[in-house]
Amino acid sequence: MAERIDSQQPVIRLKMQGVSKRFGATVALEDVSIEVAAGEVLALVGENGAGKSTLMKVCSGAIRPDAGQMWLDGEPYRPNHPLEARRAGVAMIYQELSLTPHMSVQENIMLGMEPSKLGVILWKQVRQRAIEAIKEFDNPELTPDARVSRLSVGSQQLVEIARALAIGCNVLVLDEPTSSLTQQDVERLFEIIGRLKQQGKAIVYISHFIEEVKRVADRVTVLRDGRVVGSKNVAAISSDEIVSLMVGRQVEELYPRSARHAGEVVLEIEDLAGQENPKSASLTLRRGEVLGIAGLVGAGRTELLRSIFGLEPVRKGRIKIGIYTGPASPHRRWMQGAGFLSEDRKEEGLALSLSVADNVTLSRLKGFGPLGLVLPGRQDKATRRWLQQLDIRCRGPQQSVSSLSGGNQQKVAMARLLQHDVDVLLLDEPTRGIDVAAKALVYKLINALATGGEAVPALRPAGILPAERNKGKMPSPHRQPKAILIVSSYLPELMGVCDRVAVMCRGRLGPTYRIEEVNEHDLMLEATGQEIGS
Amino acid sequence: MKKQESGRQNSQFSIPNSQFFSNWRRWLNTLSPVIALFVVFELFVLIAPSSFATARNMEMIARQTAIVGIAALGMTLVIISGGIDLSVGSIVALSTVVIAWLLQSAGAGPLTAAAGGVAAAAFFGLLSGVLITRLRVVPFIVTLGMMLVVRGAAKGIGREQKIDVDPAQLRWLDELLASVPAERSWMLLPPGVWLMIFLAIGMAALLRYTRLGRHTFAIGSNEQTARLCGVAVERVKVLVYTLCGAFGGLAGLMQFSRLTVGDPTVAVGLELNVIAAVVIGGGSLAGGEGSILGTLVGALIMTVIASGCTQRGYPNWVQEIITGAIIVIAVALDRLRHRRTA
Repeated sequence: MAERIDSQQPVIRLKMQGVSKRFGATVALEDVSIEVAAGEVLALVGENGAGKSTLMKVCSGAIRPDAGQMWLDGEPYRPNHPLEARRAGVAMIYQELSLTPHMSVQENIMLGMEPSKLGVILWKQVRQRAIEAIKEFDNPELTPDARVSRLSVGSQQLVEIARALAIGCNVLVLDEPTSSLTQQDVERLFEIIGRLKQQGKAIVYISHFIEEVKRVADRVTVLRDGRVVGSKNVAAISSDEIVSLMVGRQVEELYPRSARHAGEVVLEIEDLAGQENPKSASLTLRRGEVLGIAGLVGAGRTELLRSIFGLEPVRKGRIKIGIYTGPASPHRRWMQGAGFLSEDRKEEGLALSLSVADNVTLSRLKGFGPLGLVLPGRQDKATRRWLQQLDIRCRGPQQSVSSLSGGNQQKVAMARLLQHDVDVLLLDEPTRGIDVAAKALVYKLINALATGGEAVPALRPAGILPAERNKGKMPSPHRQPKAILIVSSYLPELMGVCDRVAVMCRGRLGPTYRIEEVNEHDLMLEATGQEIGS
Repeated sequence: MKKQESGRQNSQFSIPNSQFFSNWRRWLNTLSPVIALFVVFELFVLIAPSSFATARNMEMIARQTAIVGIAALGMTLVIISGGIDLSVGSIVALSTVVIAWLLQSAGAGPLTAAAGGVAAAAFFGLLSGVLITRLRVVPFIVTLGMMLVVRGAAKGIGREQKIDVDPAQLRWLDELLASVPAERSWMLLPPGVWLMIFLAIGMAALLRYTRLGRHTFAIGSNEQTARLCGVAVERVKVLVYTLCGAFGGLAGLMQFSRLTVGDPTVAVGLELNVIAAVVIGGGSLAGGEGSILGTLVGALIMTVIASGCTQRGYPNWVQEIITGAIIVIAVALDRLRHRRTA
C-alpha cells in the first residue's frame, strides 16, 4: 500500500487512508482519505460536527481510529499520544490557545523540551532557539522575554506556531486560526503561512471562512457527516460550490430579510464612555430594527455592549433602555427587557457543566412552580419548545451543555434570550465558530425577531405545540418586533442582516449609515482608516 | 406529569428512548455513592465481629455521623458554589461555648441557648461571606483567617477554659444524640439524627427546587455566566456562607449535646472531615457539582470505617490511613466515571 515516493512528484508529507471512527452509535469518520504534499496548504472545511476535528485528532494522536492507516513522509505513522505526534513532526495549533500566560515567550516556546544539564536549564540555549523560531515572523511585539499574557491574541498564536517550528514539525494543523484575530493579524498570519509553504511544510488549514480558504489554500477538501464529499483545487471551485458541498444542498438565501417597520425608540445612548473603552458612543435603536456595529477586534465594540448591559462600569454618558434611564446591573437589565449574548460561549456565555434546561432558564427562574419553587419538569417543558424551534440537537433538556457542538451551544445561548422574552437583544459575535447551517438559523431568527410575529412559523413550523402556545405562563412567542444590536467582525454578515450599521474604531463609534448607503469596502476603510493615519 | 407526556409525543420519537437511557444513567450516577457505602459496610460485616450488623450498632453509626453530617450539609452548598469554608471546626467549638455560656451565665432556657449558638455561628458565616464578596479575597484565605478568629473568640468567651453547665439547666439538651431510651423506642433514632435527616431533605430540595439552589449551581459552574444572567452573585454567596455557618452552629449544638460542656478546643480539624464527606460524595472543589445524598453517604462511610475499625480492634493509626485512602479512591473513581460519561 505504501506509495513509493517519486522524485518528480511533490513529496507527500502526510497521507491518511480509509480512516474510520465511531463513537458509540455515531459515525464520526467513515473511510476518509486525505493527503498533503510538502509546500501545500490543504483546507479542510465542513460544518461543525462534520468530522474535521475528529480527523485532526486522529492525525495528532489524540484519538485512535477504528480503521485506516497513515503515513508521514512515506513512513507508516501511528501516534498513540499527541506528544508522540509532535515528536514525529505533526503539530496541532488549536483554536483555544494552549500557552501558559504567566511565562515568557521563550519559556513557552521551549516548554517541555528545555535544553538542560543535570536538570539545570541552559538559558542561553533556550533564548537562542527561541529567537531563531520567532525571527521568522519579524513581529516587534515578539521578544523572548515578553510575557505571553501581555501579547495580542495574534502574537500569542505566533508563539504557538513558533513552538511547533522549534521542535521541527513539518506538518502543521491550524484549527480555526483566524477566529479571534484582527484583520492585520490575519494578514500577517497568511504571510507566514506563505513562508512556511516555501520552506516545504505541509499545512492543514481548518476554517469556516470560505473567503480565507480561497485565499490561503491550494486545495480544499470538504467533509460532511464524516465523509469526504469533495476535494478540489481552490482555483477550480467557487465559494458557492464549497458551501453547497458543505451543507449538502443549495443554500437558499442565507440572509432572509422581510419587510421591517421601525417602531418606538427602545435603546438610546449618548456619549457613553467606560473605563477604557468605549471612549465615546452614541446611538438610537428602534423596535423592529437591526443595528450592526462593525470594527476591528479591540476597537471597543464588546466593551460597548458590556457597559450598556452593566457588565462593565460606565464613566459618563447616558443610557436609556425603554423607560429606564441610567446604568444598571445585569440583573436589572434583564428585568428591563434587555438580554446579552456573550461572544465567549465557553468562558462566559454558558455554564457548561449545567444542563441545557438550566442554561436556558437561568436568567429567569420565576414561574416554574408555586411559591417561587423551580420545578425541573417545568424547566424542561419550557426548554423543549426551544429545542424544537431552534433545532437544537441534544438528547433532551437535561443533557449537559458541554457535550453539545458549538453551533448547538450557541443556539442554547440564544434560546435564553428568547425564553426570557427580551425586547432589546445585544448580540456579541452571534455566529462566531458555528457552522453554516447554524449561522443560517441565527440569521433567520434575527430576521424573525426584528419583523415580529409573521416570520416566526418559518423557523420550524412542525414542532411548536399549539396547546403550550396559549398557556399564559409561557412567554409569548415574539409577536412584537424586537430591537437588535449586533456586533460582528464578519462584514458580509452585517451587510446581510442589518438595517443600519455603524463603525467603531479605537473606542469611538462613528455615525450610523443605512445599509443601502454603504459597502463593505467603505466600512473596512473606516474601521482601519485612522490606524493608517496615525 | 400528564402534560409532559403529551409534549413528548409531539416531539421526535428518539427523545423518550434516549431520555430513558439518560435517566437510567443519572440514577446510576446518583446512587453510586450509596452502592459504595453498602460495599464498605458489607466489608466490615464480613471481617468485624457479628455485633457489627446489629440495629444497635447502626444506630450508633448514625449518631456518630450527626455532627460531621450536619456541618457537611452546609459545606455541600459552599463547595457547589465553588468555594470552601475552613472555619467550620472553629464554628462548632464556638457554638458549644456560646450555648454553655448562655445556659450557665446568662440563665437562658435550652431553646434560647441553642438558638443563640446557631445565631452566633451564622453570624461568623455571614462575616466570611461578606469579606469574600467585598474584599474579593478567595474563600480559602478568608475562611482560613476566620478559622483562627472564631477559635480565638471561642476561647475568649470561655476564658481559655471549658464552660461546665449545671446538669439541671440542660433539660433536653443532652438527649439530642443520646441513644433512644426504651420507653421512646417509637422514635427509632435520636432526635439529633432525625434533625440531620430532615435538614438533609430540606437542603436537597433547596438545591433542586429553589432559585437559590439553582443559582448556587450556576455560580459554581461558571460565575461569569451567572453574573451575565443577572444572578445576584454576591448576595447568593453571602447567603451560602451564612447557611454554612448556621449548619456549623447546629453541628455545634450536637457536639454540645454529647459533651454537655462548652469546649473551645473541641473539633479541631473537623472541617477537614466535613470537606472529606462532601468530596467523597461527589462534590467537586472546582464547583458546580455535589449532592446532599452523596455528602451524607460520604459522612456515613467515614463513620462506618471508624466504627468498624474500632470493633475489629484496629488501632487508631490504621483507621486514619484507611480513611485517607478512601478519600483519594473515592475522588479518583468519581473522575473516572466523569471521563466515561463525557
